[in-house]
Amino acid sequence: MFSYIIRRVWQMIPTLFGVMLLLFILYNWVGGDPSYILAGKSLSNEALVSIRAQLGLDKSQVEQFLIFTKQVMTMDFGTSWSTQQPVSSIINNRIGPSIMLILSWQIISLCFSLLFAATVAYFNGSMYDRAVTILSTIAMSISILVYIIAGQYFLAYKMQWFPVFGWGDGFWENLFIYLPLPLVIGLAVSIAPDTRFYRTCFVEEMNHDYVRTARAKGLSEQKIMLKHVMRNALIPIVTSVMSSLPYMITGSVLMERFFGIPGLGNEILKAVDSSDFPVIKAITIYLVIAVMVFNLLADLIYKYIDPRVQLK
Amino acid sequence: MTSQTDNSNLTDESSTQSRSLRSLAWKRLKKDRVGMTSLVIVIFFILLSIVAWASDEQDDELFDDADPLAALLAEAEDNAEQYEIEEEPKLETLLLGSDGRGRDILQKTLKGTSVSVTVALFGSFCAILIGTLLGAISGYFGKWVDDILMWFYSIFTSIPDMLLLLSFAVVFQRGIGTLILIFALTSWTSVYRLMRAEFMKHKSREYVQAADAIGAGGSRKMFLHILPNVSHILLVQFSILTVGLIKSEVVLSFLGFGVDIKQTSWGAMLAEVPSELLQGYWWQMVTVTVFMSILVTAFSLLTDSLRDALDPKVK
Repeated sequence: MFSYIIRRVWQMIPTLFGVMLLLFILYNWVGGDPSYILAGKSLSNEALVSIRAQLGLDKSQVEQFLIFTKQVMTMDFGTSWSTQQPVSSIINNRIGPSIMLILSWQIISLCFSLLFAATVAYFNGSMYDRAVTILSTIAMSISILVYIIAGQYFLAYKMQWFPVFGWGDGFWENLFIYLPLPLVIGLAVSIAPDTRFYRTCFVEEMNHDYVRTARAKGLSEQKIMLKHVMRNALIPIVTSVMSSLPYMITGSVLMERFFGIPGLGNEILKAVDSSDFPVIKAITIYLVIAVMVFNLLADLIYKYIDPRVQLK
Repeated sequence: MTSQTDNSNLTDESSTQSRSLRSLAWKRLKKDRVGMTSLVIVIFFILLSIVAWASDEQDDELFDDADPLAALLAEAEDNAEQYEIEEEPKLETLLLGSDGRGRDILQKTLKGTSVSVTVALFGSFCAILIGTLLGAISGYFGKWVDDILMWFYSIFTSIPDMLLLLSFAVVFQRGIGTLILIFALTSWTSVYRLMRAEFMKHKSREYVQAADAIGAGGSRKMFLHILPNVSHILLVQFSILTVGLIKSEVVLSFLGFGVDIKQTSWGAMLAEVPSELLQGYWWQMVTVTVFMSILVTAFSLLTDSLRDALDPKVK
């Protein structure tokens, strides 16, 4: 087990190196010279030279890549080009709201989808099942943007049930005042695909022999569904939850932009708007590491809940 | 029920003459009512976008057709120069209304549809090309070639989709060509993984060995012998990718990294919606949503039907 983790972490290094190389090529070669953008109206040769020296762009490409490598190793990405804040402090300030949004979204979505999926799977083939399947297909075809725009308009602006956007200082204030609307919309987005996927997990399990055996020995349907089927169906579900982080990031970027949540997604969009390459690079590197760690965790959890799985 | 009739048909035909997977799949698809309806809708949308491209005119034309202020302007002009004869009456109503700047929404949506559909179709086509090529090389040659390509794969999959799209979008200019390029560069990974596995599986099959025996070269075996046998997977992947890219295009264009300012697309149209909603103009949002969800629903249903038709073992 321990050696497996070590090996997996060891395998992350070339991937991380590749990601660094990709980012470096994108921003240093394809992206052009950012000093023109930063110089703005005061464009003169001296200004350009001084900006380049300040950003380290006057050094050779190899040297710049070494500096970038060092930044990744020490997790110190220097200062933001547009605000001159240290990148690490930006990330420290912004990561909290993002985690809060993604975590609560994931948990609530999981609970609702599991409930739906279990009931739908139980009535497999009935009108209810088909209705839910059709509804979720249609719900999945609507863009996440429409959910957010329409939700914000009707629920917050028209009905005034929630604040239109904003973010407070206190944890409870955020959780009960500002977070509910993004969560309701997030739920509307994620519940349909999740229910469909979980349903197939449940249906597959329900066709197994052990369910028939459980019925034959007279167990109640509730017990069969919750104790026997659920435990087995959870195996693929847990893996999918753990590896859904990248999709949640897309959603949270949009949510943060719309609802003014000062999270990483908002920050990266701001950085993209102002060509603030250090911030983009830093957030990307952090998220790549997060994704890799979550994939590893998914495999470990998989092993934990299903002892038949052999880790190679 | 249906599967039984299918099976009896299969045995009947195989006793008389053997049919290719494609014609069998087509036969199965034709029986699938949902699948055929979706196919018709998808083809309709594709034709629509071709027509919209073919009848491409100046964008200013959008302003000319209708003018919601026509009545007021006419009145004002009347007051200014009394009893002057109106030249050409402009339309006072539009079928689907107009947007905040008085442009015909129906026309705009058709335009947007063509851009979005084109970008998604070409994007996924290019992604399929890249994925198939790399997957074939990786699966067929194995060893260090496979290692290097797997390394590429791991790089592209470890960056969350959104960030990868944004990273590419930051450094490239805006426009349709760029969008297609970005989509191709970011979404080839799933095709690559599938193709790699298939080529690994197929390269030791007997028919490939037979091709080897008659002296077929590597690329001939890869693309003339193995590829036709795995191409049905590509068809399904193509429609899955297209659905995904339609959604991605909307998000990217909304964030301002999508199509050119002179062009419109579903995402660019949705970007105008929040400010319009505040004034109570809901119809642009509804039109775009309806168009998009019809196409996406049809495409996803078609994907399911295609999968069923091409791979009857999976239920």
